[in-house]
Amino acid sequence: MVISAILTALFAPLLTPYTPTEVIRDSNGDGLTFASPSVHAPLGTDDAGRDIWSQLIYGARVSLMVGFLAGFIAMFVGSTFGILAGYFGGRLDNLLMRITDVLLVIPDLPLMLVLVATLRQMDLHVSPLVVLIAVIGLLYWTSTARLIRSQVLTIKERQFVARARAIGAGNGHIIRKHILPQIMPLIVANTVLIISTAILVESGLAFLGLGDPTQPSWGAMLNFAFDRSAITNGAWWFYLPPGLAIVWVTLGCVLLGNVLEEMLNPRLTAHHLESNKNMVAIQKEGDK
Amino acid sequence: MNRRDFLLRKIGLSLVTILVVVVIDFMLFRVLPGDPIRSVIGRNVRISADTQQALREQFGLDKPVFPDQFFDTLGQWAQGNLGVSWSLRRPVSEVLRSKLGNTILLIGIGQLLAIILGVTLGLLAGWKRKTALDIGALTFSLVAWSIPTFWLGIILLAAGSTWFGFPTVGIISPQNTGKPLITILPDLAKHLFLPTLTLTILYLGEYMLIMRSSILEVLSEDYILTAKAKGMSDWQVLWKHALKNAMLPIVTLIAINLGFTVSGAIYIETVFSYDGLGKLFQTALTKQDYPLLQGAFLLLAVSVILANLAADFLYVVLDPRVKET
Repeated sequence: MVISAILTALFAPLLTPYTPTEVIRDSNGDGLTFASPSVHAPLGTDDAGRDIWSQLIYGARVSLMVGFLAGFIAMFVGSTFGILAGYFGGRLDNLLMRITDVLLVIPDLPLMLVLVATLRQMDLHVSPLVVLIAVIGLLYWTSTARLIRSQVLTIKERQFVARARAIGAGNGHIIRKHILPQIMPLIVANTVLIISTAILVESGLAFLGLGDPTQPSWGAMLNFAFDRSAITNGAWWFYLPPGLAIVWVTLGCVLLGNVLEEMLNPRLTAHHLESNKNMVAIQKEGDK
Repeated sequence: MNRRDFLLRKIGLSLVTILVVVVIDFMLFRVLPGDPIRSVIGRNVRISADTQQALREQFGLDKPVFPDQFFDTLGQWAQGNLGVSWSLRRPVSEVLRSKLGNTILLIGIGQLLAIILGVTLGLLAGWKRKTALDIGALTFSLVAWSIPTFWLGIILLAAGSTWFGFPTVGIISPQNTGKPLITILPDLAKHLFLPTLTLTILYLGEYMLIMRSSILEVLSEDYILTAKAKGMSDWQVLWKHALKNAMLPIVTLIAINLGFTVSGAIYIETVFSYDGLGKLFQTALTKQDYPLLQGAFLLLAVSVILANLAADFLYVVLDPRVKET
């Protein structure tokens, strides 16, 4: 699911009959507004007569780019915080974890809306997408930080770390050679999950009108559809596809992330109200 | 850590968080470009330099940003004075108060339904693990998690209004405004149905998942085996021993969820043009009404922080283990 979306974004120009901003005209030269799906426009047209299919395919580029970049920023900040807090412990740990706690409690959407709204008013000379990526990336690292920290806490007590230290390895060396390889799979699984969150969040912010109007993502398409009364016009081809695309990608990321996580993190296997066969199995395991 | 220290630490953390929110709120709107005086009276109104200076002094803008302006603002906020909305020309606190009830109504009903349904389904799914019911419930919550809130709202709005004739806008029909509450209840319920349904579907999945994993954990405890060995039926075990213990994580989740619920309210109220705080927030955003945005953010953030603190207190009351150690 995720790969199909990435390929779509990469090969966008090959898959689209029109550019996203091109107005499709009928034989009289008038724009085809709110046209239902046809041979000319596979998913119909919007209020200005532009092809929805092309917008959808190009929108994949924007949505995925924001999701991936913001996800990577969050992963980087979260892992750094987690490793530092877990490895060095003490005061640094206390400070970093309090920062995490504070960020966890502040409601995220209002905070992001206020941040993005004010940052856009300032003359930063950057694209609105960069603002979105930075804000999402710098706010969604808290769960990663906690997860990585707890993992580092257990790893640093292991024998091989003590041995490395005994033969004179420095902190930097231990973190790079002994801790990082151990937590890498966890970081990867977590990144996939964060990317799905980032894509969802981006779509929400864009829907509320904070996207880049010149480079519409799926969320921004839904914003247009909603603002230009696609619903009352019955233009389902305008508001269904972008949403389905978002669900497709986020669901793909969540499933991928869950599979990766489950492989690393075996949960409880059975409980006492299940059939007796399982119970016997538990008892046997317990006896070992 | 004993109980008192635990609570004191939580109170301390909440205070720090509120301080962070206040500082962010103050700073962000202070770094905006443009002259605050100009923004309030409008760019094209001609006023003399003297009047401008007088206004600056009146609003304390001639003093340094920190500490004078900061503590001035803080004092004003503490008294409930959040400034005047630019777009509505009314005091922000008054505007906020008028919308608060509607949002609490929506969030309250939605959360209540989500909790009741989610806990029940999660209990059943955990009990009958790996059956069709469990797999169905898991799939549902995964899909519900992946759907953007506002898009689900749009779908339900489109489907509900075309096929079932539900109203698409607002909280009561225009002809019913001002009538006594009891006579407009059916109309109100009709308007509330779709937004509440959206909210319930979204949060149901999460409660279900947490309840499921929590009940799985509880059911593998030894006291469940003992209860079973005493000859109690599955239902008795679930009701008397498992449910109470498995409910604990739900209490924390309700508080944590309040933050997400606020986000949900912003999206849902926008989609359904529901006249509450969320819609107000979105309007303030599009109209660039900064005093309103500032006040709304302060109110939402502080309420969520206090709700989290309340949940910590409740947790201590409910979980005897926190008392002892």
